[in-house]
Amino acid sequence: MRIRVNSKEYDIASGPATTLLDVLRYELGLTGTKEGCSTGSCGSCTVLIDHKAVNSCLVIAAEVEGKDIVTIEGLAQDGILHPLQQAFMDAGAVQCGFCTPGIILAAKAFLDSNPHPTESEIRQGISGNLCRCTGYDKIVRAIMSVSRSQRG
Amino acid sequence: MAKYSVVGKRVPRIDALSKVTGSAIYSGDISLPGMLHAKIARSPYAHALIKRIDISKALALDGVKAVITADDIPGYKNRSPLLLVEMPHLAQDKVTYESQPVAVVAAISKDIAEKAVGLIKVEYEELPPVLDVLESMKPDTPPIYPNLYTNFISRPPTDVNARPSNIAYHMSVGRGDLDAGFKEADFVLENTFQTQPVHHGYLEPFAAVAKANVDGSKVTVWTQTQGVFSARGMIAEFLGLPATHVNMVPVEIGGAFGGKSFLPLAPLCALLAIKTRQPVRMEMSREEVLKDARPAPGSVNTIKMGVTRQGKITAVSARFIYDAGGFPEMSHTMFVRGNTFAQYKIPNINIEAYDVLTNKIPVTYYRAPSTPQSHFAIESQMDLAAKELGMDPIQFRLLNTAVEGDTAPSGEILPKVGYKETLEKMADYLKTKRSIKGANRGRGIASGFWHGAAGSWGAYVNVNIDGTVTLVIGVTDVSGSRTSVAQIVAEEFGLPMESVSVVVGDTDTAPWASPSVGSQTIYSLSHAVYRACQDAKEQLKRLAAPRLGVDISVIEFAGGHAVAKGDPQKSIPLAALARSSLGFRGEGPVVGRGSIAGLPPAPSIAVHAVDVEVDKETGKVKILSYVVAQDIGLAINPLSVEGQMQGAVAQGIGWALMEGYVFDQGKVQNTSFLDYRLPTAADIPMIDTILVEVNSTTGIYGLRHVGEPPIVGTLAALANAIHNATGVRFKSLPMTPEAILKGIQQVKK
Repeated sequence: MRIRVNSKEYDIASGPATTLLDVLRYELGLTGTKEGCSTGSCGSCTVLIDHKAVNSCLVIAAEVEGKDIVTIEGLAQDGILHPLQQAFMDAGAVQCGFCTPGIILAAKAFLDSNPHPTESEIRQGISGNLCRCTGYDKIVRAIMSVSRSQRG
Repeated sequence: MAKYSVVGKRVPRIDALSKVTGSAIYSGDISLPGMLHAKIARSPYAHALIKRIDISKALALDGVKAVITADDIPGYKNRSPLLLVEMPHLAQDKVTYESQPVAVVAAISKDIAEKAVGLIKVEYEELPPVLDVLESMKPDTPPIYPNLYTNFISRPPTDVNARPSNIAYHMSVGRGDLDAGFKEADFVLENTFQTQPVHHGYLEPFAAVAKANVDGSKVTVWTQTQGVFSARGMIAEFLGLPATHVNMVPVEIGGAFGGKSFLPLAPLCALLAIKTRQPVRMEMSREEVLKDARPAPGSVNTIKMGVTRQGKITAVSARFIYDAGGFPEMSHTMFVRGNTFAQYKIPNINIEAYDVLTNKIPVTYYRAPSTPQSHFAIESQMDLAAKELGMDPIQFRLLNTAVEGDTAPSGEILPKVGYKETLEKMADYLKTKRSIKGANRGRGIASGFWHGAAGSWGAYVNVNIDGTVTLVIGVTDVSGSRTSVAQIVAEEFGLPMESVSVVVGDTDTAPWASPSVGSQTIYSLSHAVYRACQDAKEQLKRLAAPRLGVDISVIEFAGGHAVAKGDPQKSIPLAALARSSLGFRGEGPVVGRGSIAGLPPAPSIAVHAVDVEVDKETGKVKILSYVVAQDIGLAINPLSVEGQMQGAVAQGIGWALMEGYVFDQGKVQNTSFLDYRLPTAADIPMIDTILVEVNSTTGIYGLRHVGEPPIVGTLAALANAIHNATGVRFKSLPMTPEAILKGIQQVKK
């Protein structure tokens, strides 16, 4: 089976019923995608599949054949951080960092679909991603700052 | 001009880049060639005798490399498992909680390990579980451990009349004359408050990887732990090895909050690695985390308080009971002594505290252990007393606030503390804020106290040949500690942050460090770091003085140079000094060394104000605004301090409104994040912070403890706000929509 992750094609040996999360972490060594619950309720394993944020623990490899997958390792382009990555650093939105890859990817998909959200829309938009360290305050502010800068 | 150039600045964390790019390495990311996978067989019963364990079928399964039970654990032969704290307790003759580990299998794949777990046959004789602390405390309740005596775990006290008890610990402290104090009061309030067990909810489940050397005499372990040196000691004790035969490698930690001093996997993993001579990995599922990775205890707390019409508290009698679950090891009563009523001046007081065993998941420490529970009671009671007086709740607290020189209930004479200042700052802030108006809305005020801890720490500072400075420490980072100590190094050497790096070494190379608990890390580690900086700076001064032709006393550090004070022309880069010291005629490399122990803590208080609106149809609480003021002494990194305060409050909100274990006959019923709900971004408002800086006299730059104090007052602040919004006093947590509706309906009747 072939899958496309971070613009690279991979032939994978894992069975088609293996979760995408396990393929990423254990076969491709992309450990930036985290496993927090394996029931799709914490968002730590969020990746982008055709630009949509998806819990990779709930998807099996067979479902993503031919689709375009982006993990946290593939978000920076040519060594330049994505504005969300930079904003999370600057705003103090990163503490333990375990939820960070998932929340950044969820936020990216969210801002792609709603570039100028209200605070409450942001909160709803990332409500599938748990963070236990920050109280979300600085995460929401980081996302707001990126949204504002997109306004030009 | 600001007093400091790097200290006090809002600096992004130095670990943030690795975390936003996914390159940070956590325990579960470690993979070694030839690695085995291990799984735990667990008890299906909350309380049962073990008649027989048969591992033969599991051992015979193809791909299984080892199976261990309690009999295989060297540490259990030397000490009672009751005394091996914060380690997995493989059951021997009985299980005392559901999901207690009974055996562990290592196999060539996870699937085979899981299959082998199913082949382990254990013969149990089920016993009735003890579920309620008040029931458990009664003298006629059969003791869960026949050899457990109150305050004398696993050995009988000298008193021949002593009987085994389910009360693992009892603490009593007090002073004055209670009867006289209550007589002096114009009114006396007595209430009982209950809190539920809650989990830390760190997003990273436990994982461990271990690898033994060729002859099995040494083992290297990767696991998330708040203290690599304390973990080393525990694992060595478990394995029956000298401490230095275990090397702990630090990794990033995906949230800890007190819950990751406990090592549910690493000791087992290390033993299996020694047995099999192959690397072994263990991981917990979220279900296993919720069922076996210890939560914070529930509690039943009664407070009787006497108050005069003028608002003076004359007497307090309080009893705090913590539900320890199935093992006695993690006492919470020991924290009650220093952390209850310490922020108030109470002439007559008696405090009793108990850790009581039940057949439920054993507990461990969670952010300010024992104290959010005790303060739910204390600060709810303070609010009720203020109401009875018709007095502003901050005013009532100010009337009774302890100040420097006052004696706390523990007998401690208070050092310089900022309780009064923090209450005043909050009162000033609330004056600028509109008062809360409208139906079903209310504001709640509460305070929270945390005494703090200190520990012992070492630090090395290397001045490198490129003029940068490397700090080597031995404590894993759970709070942004690397960034804060890097700021101290940058400050002391007059360097930009980019010129400072921090290495957290493994236990084979790093200087000793206490675990990151008790909000002690930055507060006390900073002393060791500061001293290491001074040591290195003295060496640099001795190098610079002859090279600059000035006296050693005039040398300062700025912009990466040693500079003669008042004569900036006379300067030499640190790089040149470091390089020249290495030559054949040089003085040798510049290595600073610092260490500290025995630092007295610098108690801290946080004051909370929360505005809520309660939907009387659904019972749902909407938090309209939240502000927390905390005396942090001095913020090395305000960005980081605010993050600690906001995160603590969010955890407190979860504790107060939504979280909680559901048990059926001692068995945990909510075993995923679907039914053990943590607050999401949609449940939490922006959390405003007020940083009060009453410098301590003991911390470097005036630091105090930061991470734990801000959770403590949250629970009562919400209960007080909900009371003001609904007219109903909730004395039991969590205040879920169902509980609130029920409360409102009961009042209507």
